[in-house]
Amino acid sequence: MAAGLRGLTAPEAGGAVAATGLALLVGGTLAAVAWAAQGLGGLGPWDWRAVWFTIWQAALSATLSAVCAIPVARALARRRFPGRGILVTLLGAPFILPVIVAIMGLIAVFGRSGAVNDALRLLGLPEVSIYGWQGVILAHVFFNLPLSVRLILQGWQAIPAERFRLAEGLGFGPRDVARHLERPMLRAVLPGVWLAVFLVCLTSFTVALALGGGPRATTVELAIYQAFRFDFDLGRAASLGLIQVVLCVAAMGLARWIAIPAAFGAGLDAAHRPAAPGGWRRGSDALVITAAAGFLIWPMAAVTARGLPRIPALPPEVWEATLRSVVMALISALLALILSLLLALSLARGRLRWIETAGMLPLIASPLVLGTGLFILLRPWVAPQAMALPVTVGVNAIMALPFGLRALIPAARTLHGDYGRLADSLDLRGLARLRLLTVPRLARPLGFAGGLAAALAMGDLGVITLFAADRPTLPLQLFQLMNSYRMDDAAACAVLLMAISFGLFWIFDKGGRLA
Amino acid sequence: MLEFDAIRVTRGAFALSADLSVDQGARVAVIGPSGSGKSTLLSLVGGFLAPDRGRIRLDGQDITALPPGRRPVSMLFQDQNLFPHLTVAQNVGLGLRPDLRLSEPQRCRVAQVLAEVGLEGTEGRRPADLSGGQQSRVALARVLLRARPVLLLDEAFAALGPALKAEMLALLGRIADQTRATVLMVTHDPGDARRFAPQTILVEGGVAHPPVATGPLLDDPPPGLRAYLG
Repeated sequence: MAAGLRGLTAPEAGGAVAATGLALLVGGTLAAVAWAAQGLGGLGPWDWRAVWFTIWQAALSATLSAVCAIPVARALARRRFPGRGILVTLLGAPFILPVIVAIMGLIAVFGRSGAVNDALRLLGLPEVSIYGWQGVILAHVFFNLPLSVRLILQGWQAIPAERFRLAEGLGFGPRDVARHLERPMLRAVLPGVWLAVFLVCLTSFTVALALGGGPRATTVELAIYQAFRFDFDLGRAASLGLIQVVLCVAAMGLARWIAIPAAFGAGLDAAHRPAAPGGWRRGSDALVITAAAGFLIWPMAAVTARGLPRIPALPPEVWEATLRSVVMALISALLALILSLLLALSLARGRLRWIETAGMLPLIASPLVLGTGLFILLRPWVAPQAMALPVTVGVNAIMALPFGLRALIPAARTLHGDYGRLADSLDLRGLARLRLLTVPRLARPLGFAGGLAAALAMGDLGVITLFAADRPTLPLQLFQLMNSYRMDDAAACAVLLMAISFGLFWIFDKGGRLA
Repeated sequence: MLEFDAIRVTRGAFALSADLSVDQGARVAVIGPSGSGKSTLLSLVGGFLAPDRGRIRLDGQDITALPPGRRPVSMLFQDQNLFPHLTVAQNVGLGLRPDLRLSEPQRCRVAQVLAEVGLEGTEGRRPADLSGGQQSRVALARVLLRARPVLLLDEAFAALGPALKAEMLALLGRIADQTRATVLMVTHDPGDARRFAPQTILVEGGVAHPPVATGPLLDDPPPGLRAYLG
């Protein structure tokens, strides 16, 4: 190793060490899982059902999200109205919205005492239940419809304005525009959108934990949790973990043929817009936008209305959990930032290509798989109680890495291309380089990546559930309140959690912009 | 004396060899067709590129393995010679201490060199607030402050208009006199070479030829250079 590091600059060596550590950590936990699994023989029909459910719910969620997103994206692309900018920004919000908060919102609207069932009862129609597979898919569409709309909207705005002008010049009607401009774009964009959503839903845990369960709505991630927590069958948990890894690797394999677009960033305020046809299309566009905005905003508004007044009355343990979660999120974000900056800076020098692969490793290992593996590895030395919080912090930092790298790698490449030689020729090295060049020039992507990492860690309800929870995080506290049917307190908790998650993202991102 | 001792670089289909020396304090233009390896020659001296074979020596000392910042060399690029987020004083001060923890006398030195290039009072401004010519002056002020024995210019003033370029070359000449630096200057403009550099290195056909007198070379160029000059 030492010989291999000779001839590298300090950031390159740092990046190589970080990437090796990451590869060892992920690889080691996966190896521990594989070893503990001892084959797949321990899996029963119940487990295979979970595998099947995982695949079809992800496929259905992805299809529904992508298909429903098309009319919304088209309407947003060709209409201009007050509040459009805010709405488009809002479409990015579910990315950092804690899953458990969204579930509270969906229960508030679609749950037994929610507005939808009230209306059904009034009409004398049978009630719908949010629990079960339909709830899982509803929640997945809630999260991924906005993401899909943004991605497809980017596709629309990537069609050059000249094409639309040409179409107008040739007297194209809406049908002709659809046939010659829009459908080819959709054919190019939709597979990537579908795959992006499919991947997210494949590792779905929190949604299945809160709304699913039972033989007909258990994902592999949830099955790992159940094997671990309820049966304490580490072997079965590990076998399921292996299957989860295989599923992720297979889906990533699809990504070799289908480019997955970046899920965030990119300005969506192009100056041009496609022709906006009048007539009934005007009305249908308005309807589609209103429906999509309502679907997004209503649950959040419902949970806010219920929870906000209750916040002052929250019990002290909630405030303790809040403080604990904020500290953990900040540590996670800091770890993720240091790791992704090291990796991005050494990648920018362009000599150590394998580092990028190491940075993307977390995509194949889901949080619960990593948690299970770390538990197996650390069990001989550390009590599970003592493991819970550090493991959660570490796993969240690792999970934020791919997003951090996506933001930082292009910026670090630009920085290196523009100022690398000048800095080298002036002997600007080490901490001085970090202080005078790297941090000031990368402040924006650093702020953005740090904000994402902090918000994701703040809202995460994943690996912490594996461990006994005498010191819960805020999302876990919220989940416990839900389970004991203290819904007012749970709603208040949800508002608090949502505010802190968005607040953390905003502070980091703003900090990066001001620097 | 700056020596290229049996230097050879290969990068895919591109190859450059150099076996030549440049006298101390000489002003040498580097001329040749695009892609012939003029910038490569400078990168070898600047330390941005390691040769496959051969050594580079300055006054007998082998500098082939030194990292760029440790070389007795200052380099000016075609653009990006200043950090846009740092002030003029900071950009110049980097030449004294890369960590910018400057003492009071060092601050005075910075102000002094800025005055010498005609930019007194601009310490607190950022490069974006300056004209192109002023930005070149800031970079030259830093060169003056560092006073390294070798000065490399990779088409440093190519973006400036003719009058401004002549002015910068004159300033460069004064700075080179003051610091007694050896100057290697890549240029596309034979006029620059005649005006500034008594000697010229011709880079052509994968070879950097030893420096010869600029005037006769340009008056009667060999075929490859003739085709390039038009």
